[in-house]
Formats: sequence, structure tokens, C-alpha cells
Amino acid sequence: MSLRTEPVTMNVGPIHPSTHGVFRMRVTFDGEEIVDVEPVIGYLHRGSEKLAEERTYTQVVTLTDRMDYVASMTNNQSYILSVEKLAGITPSPRGVWLRMIAAELQRIASHAVANGFLINDLGAWHTPLLYMLREREKILEMFEMLCGARITNSYLRPGGVFMDAPDQFWPALNRFLDEMPNRIDDIERLLTTNEIVLIRTQNVGVLKKEECLNASITGPVLRASGVDWDLREKNPYDYYDQIEFSRPLGEIGDNHDRFLIRIFEMRESLKILRQCIENIEPGPVRPKEVPFLVRPPKGDSYVPIESPKGELGFYLVSDGGISPFRCHVRAPSLINLTLLKEMVLGDKIADLFVTFGSIDVNMGEVDR
Amino acid sequence: MNTVMDSVVFKFIYCMLVSSDECANSFKIIGSGFISEKYAIIGFLITAFFLIFVVINGALVGVLALIWGERRLIGRFQARVGPNRWGPWGIFTPVADAIKVMFKEDISPSLSDKFVFVLAPILMVVPVLLIFAVIPFGEATFLTDLNIGVLFVLAITSTNTLSVLMAGWGSGNRYGIIGGLRAVAMLLSYEIPMALAAVGVILMAGSLSIIQVIESQQIPYAIFQPLGFLTFLIASTAELNRSPFDITEAESELIAGYMTEYSSMKFGLFYLGEFMATIASSAIIVCLFLGGWKGPEILPSHFWFMIKWILMICVFIWFRATFPRLRVDQIMELAWKGLFELTLINILSIAILMLIWPDPSITELWIMTGVNWIVFFASLWIFGKLLGPKPLEKNGVTRKIVLQK
Repeated sequence: MSLRTEPVTMNVGPIHPSTHGVFRMRVTFDGEEIVDVEPVIGYLHRGSEKLAEERTYTQVVTLTDRMDYVASMTNNQSYILSVEKLAGITPSPRGVWLRMIAAELQRIASHAVANGFLINDLGAWHTPLLYMLREREKILEMFEMLCGARITNSYLRPGGVFMDAPDQFWPALNRFLDEMPNRIDDIERLLTTNEIVLIRTQNVGVLKKEECLNASITGPVLRASGVDWDLREKNPYDYYDQIEFSRPLGEIGDNHDRFLIRIFEMRESLKILRQCIENIEPGPVRPKEVPFLVRPPKGDSYVPIESPKGELGFYLVSDGGISPFRCHVRAPSLINLTLLKEMVLGDKIADLFVTFGSIDVNMGEVDR
Repeated sequence: MNTVMDSVVFKFIYCMLVSSDECANSFKIIGSGFISEKYAIIGFLITAFFLIFVVINGALVGVLALIWGERRLIGRFQARVGPNRWGPWGIFTPVADAIKVMFKEDISPSLSDKFVFVLAPILMVVPVLLIFAVIPFGEATFLTDLNIGVLFVLAITSTNTLSVLMAGWGSGNRYGIIGGLRAVAMLLSYEIPMALAAVGVILMAGSLSIIQVIESQQIPYAIFQPLGFLTFLIASTAELNRSPFDITEAESELIAGYMTEYSSMKFGLFYLGEFMATIASSAIIVCLFLGGWKGPEILPSHFWFMIKWILMICVFIWFRATFPRLRVDQIMELAWKGLFELTLINILSIAILMLIWPDPSITELWIMTGVNWIVFFASLWIFGKLLGPKPLEKNGVTRKIVLQK
């Protein structure tokens, strides 16, 4: 005897505890199995790209903070690099080192949030999440020392950063570098070999190499599938060519690989931070000759960087005025999200949220 | 089997009310009461009402204490302070919670089946209160000693399933329905290992009465039959819908599952029922496996019961703070492929041991314990191999993270 069953369509989001913001999915499922997923985006659209056309080049920095709001520093970095290329500004070395330090700290913070919320989506009732947020808190405190803000930093300026690091910043950073490896070990002891985490994440949400490349997926998601592509190494910006670091690569491309890749990248970021501290020298944080109102010549520029979520780039077109003629963002979150349906089809409802969490999207960046 | 008059507390209050020879003999100090023996039934009813009143209110206060304790403890587990605003150490936080819940607007969704929707939270609370009737809180301190106590508890706890399904169905919400259906699948499955794990205890005790079970424990059954204890603990965690088995209300998936549409005191009743069930289940585990009120005589039996009870509740809180949630198919797999067989092995090993030593002395009991521990480790090792996370080597792929220089 076979019972007649029919698929049910359910609306998940935009207000839902694990949609990481305001993401909506129209999910059709048969019993517990997912038959169809239709993502609906645009609930957090604020028109940042259009707003950028009305602001001066320096003012746009504040808009970039609000795109990926858990990784503001890397957004600033990407935008500033584009402006510098467009206007032909040579940044001062200390400013570059400082923004590399800020960017790597931000990468650790972003990965901590990503992994914490991934485990929260697994149902761990906030414990690992709060451990991760505790470490992020230290980073946010350091950001507060650097620029006075915790989330929306706006720390970078064309030519470097807007303020030198205060004296208390360096001891705090050194203490963080000493403590953080142990904290990561703690988290690994709690989660990496936890059997429930293993059976929930292994072989779930698998992304093959080819699928990733065809969909132009970047960042930890791509590296978890085993493609060695890190813009810090392939297309070095700032002073990443002077720095030794390795890139963790996964092999299967499932949720567990993506989780592990982020843990390993946190360790690599700590290595980069140590080298930055060794290399940094006193000097001005930004060249005196850079004017407050940058007026780049006519032209366009695009400098992609490796943000915590993938390849992030600002395409800027200048008409010679004080504000960009056109600004377009290549947002890794949006592009990484495109394969969500392929990843979750045939899995259970519970896996949908875990897979979604493992891609680590930020709706502020998706909708802009 | 003990009658209700064997309960010290009952007899004490009864004797303050009713004058009888029996009372005059047992309590020299207070003597006997003012109601003549002719109307003793009145005294009996007043005493019974008083005790039930005390136990129900005790359970409610216990829930408040548990809410506070759980929030404080989980705060500590999560490297934060926990609630600390209302009263010293925040002990009035649950009172504030309760007042807030009562003053919330009571909403019934237009799609809901009103009768079922309202009945569900009541059905959640009332059966749990019944469990307290058979719990002995100390030596000769109990409301009633049913001769089918264990069976009664198992039967009562399973009515929880109905309430969850009614809540999910009646609220007319798809999250609710999924939560309700998951609950039925899971709770029905875990009934079986739970009952079978209790069979091991019943075999040794030779009685279904909870008091007899406690009295038969020369070695606490948690030590004597670890396999039964483990399966019973896991199954009751699942019965309580607590993490890692909280798929019915999975916050990150189903928002609040079957409780999604509930607000105000209806939600409060679910909350109450859930916490009360935790308290009651812990008490049952203490009675069946941890020796109930038994303990060294430096402390009165009631204290030993309370200590074990609170420790058991803390174990549940610990579970909640630590484990991620299992997926629904993995939960069913664990029940049918894991716990069910483990409980059968437990019953088999105890039955064989009882066949060898029908009337064991204390030395023989320890030998039986040793055998049980061997069975415990052996079967856990085998089932861990069979059901644990599959290594990926067999697909020709080894999992490792390569550090590309």
C-alpha cells in the first residue's frame, strides 16, 4: 500500500531565526525532503550603489561599511584600492600595513561569526556561538581603539588610514595573538570531532569543483571544494606579496569542509598578523599630498580583493568629478548564494539551514 | 505494597485532625485530633487535598527555580553572567517572566481550530502533574504508592505526544504541523527504548512499584546496569524534547515548532509543562536508577533525594548547553537501530544473570555489575562502529585539509 503524499510549500523568512538577516526562501518539500527552493532577495536593498554617485569619494567609505556589516574593514579596503588605482594615489607604507592588520583581524572576526552561526544553525543553542563572539569582541575592541567605531569602522582613506594606531593597540594585538591559538584549539576540541557535528555536516551540501567554477563561486566555499584560488596570493594587493602564508584547501566541498577551512584560515590570518607587526615601520599613515576631495581622471578601475566571503571588488567609473559616475559592487555573498538550490535539493529541511549557514552570506551585501 | 497511611507526612497531618488509637500510639506528642473516628473520612479528604495542594504548588515553584537555575547555569556554560537584575543573583527573573507572559495579548490565529488550540496547552501540563503523585520524595514520604507505578509513569509521559500534535495541528501553521508530526514520530519511537530500559530495572526489583524499586537497590541501578541507565537517559531526553532532540521546536529550523502561534499564558503553559516534565523525569531517573532517597545516613533521606534530583536536572541543562541538534532521520535511526537493540541486550544480560543467581548476595551483585559493565563497553563499541559517522576513505577519498604553500 502506498499513501498519496503531496508536496507542501512553505515560506521561510524574511523574518526567521536562521536566515542571517532578511532572506526569504519559498521551500517546497515532500515530507522532510526538499523538492524545490526559490530564493527571494531584495529585502535589505538600500541602493548603496546609486547613493555612491551622490557622494564624494571619501564619503562613499561609510556606505561600504554597511554592505557586509560583519566585515566592514575588508569592504573599505576593496573600495579604497579601487579609488587609489583610479586616482593614481600611492599609499604610504604604514597606512598599508595598518589596513592589512585591520583586514586580517576582520577576517578572523568574520570567520568566527560565520562558524558560530553555522553551529547555531545546527542547533547548539548559542554555546559555540557565544565562544566565537567572545573572541570577536576582542577584535571589535581593537577596532574601537583604531577608529572609535566597532562595526561601521570607515577606517580607511585613499592613501592609507585616517589615524595612526594608539599606543594601547599594540599590546592588545599582541595579547590577542598569544591567546587566540588556544581559543581556536578550544573550539576545535568542542566541535571538530563532535560526532553530532560530523554526522550533520559530512557529505551534506556538497559542491563539486566544476560547479563552483561554473558559477564563479569564490572564497572559502571555493577553497573547500579544492580549488587553490586566493586573490591574496594570485593577484596580490597591498603588501600581500611580501608575506608568507598558506591556503587551506578542502577536498569534498561539504559543510564540514567549509567549517574547517574557516578554522584553518583563522590560524593563517594570525600568521599574517604576526608578519605585519614585524614589518610595520613608523611613518605617516597617509600621504600629505592626497587632497580631501579626490578628483580622479576619467576612466574606470576594478581591484578585486579576497574578502572573508570571497572575491569582493568595486567597479568605479569616473567622469573627472568629485563623486563616482558609476559604482558597481561584485558581492561574493550574492554570487555564492546562486548555487543554494543545487546544494540542498534532496536533503532534509534541517540541512537547508546548515548549508545556507555554511555558505556564509550576509544579506547586507547581497541586497546592498 | 504501602498504603497511603504509611506515608509519614500524611499520617502526621491526618492525626492532627482525626482522633484514633493508632494516631495516639504513633505520635505521642501531638496525640490525636478533634474529628471523631466516625467522620474520619473528612479528615482523610482534608489531608489528601492539603498534600496535593502542596505538591502541585511545590512543582510550580520548582519550575520557577528551574527556569532561574537553567538560565544562570547556561549563562555560565556560555561564558556570560546570566540574568542578574531582579533580586540577588536574579532569583526573581522567573517571576518577572511569569508576569510578562500573563500580561501578553492572547492571540488565536484565524486559521486555527479553536477547541484543539486551547485544549493542547492544558493537556501538556495536567499529565505531568500526575507523575508527581507516584514520586517518593523521601523515606515514607509519598502521595501514593501505586503497584504499577513505573507503568503509570511511562503511560502518562506518552500523552505528551497527543498534546504536541494537537498544538501543531490546531494552530493552522505549517511550522506547527511539521513540528507536531516530527514530535509524533520521535516521541512514539522513544517510548519503546524507554519502556524496555525500565524493564531491566523491573526485572531486578521484581515489582512495578517505585518504592519497591528503590528499596531493591543495594547498588544503584545506574552502576549496576549502565546500559539501561544510558538508554533510559537518552530516551527521556528525547521524551522531554530537549536538546539534542529538540527537533519539534528547533529554533533554527521551525522558529518555535508547534508553539509558533501560541502567545500569552497558553505559551506559558507549554513552557510550564516542559520544565515540569524535566523536573518529573529527573525525579523518575533518580528513583529508578540512582537509588532514590537512599544514601549514607549523615543526611536525612529527603536531602539525598533532593541532591540527586538537582544533579540530574543539571545534567539535562548541561546537555542543552553542549550538544548540537540531530537531524530527524538520524534521531529515528538512533532510536530504532541503536537504543532499541541496546535495551534488548541489557534485558538479555540481566535475565541471564538472574537465571544464574536467582537470589544474589552482595558479592554476587558486584560480579553481576562487572559483567554488565563488560557488556556495556562491548555493545557501545560495536554500535559506535556501526552507527557512528562513516569514514570517507571507502569512496577513495580521504578527508584532510591541505595547506597549500
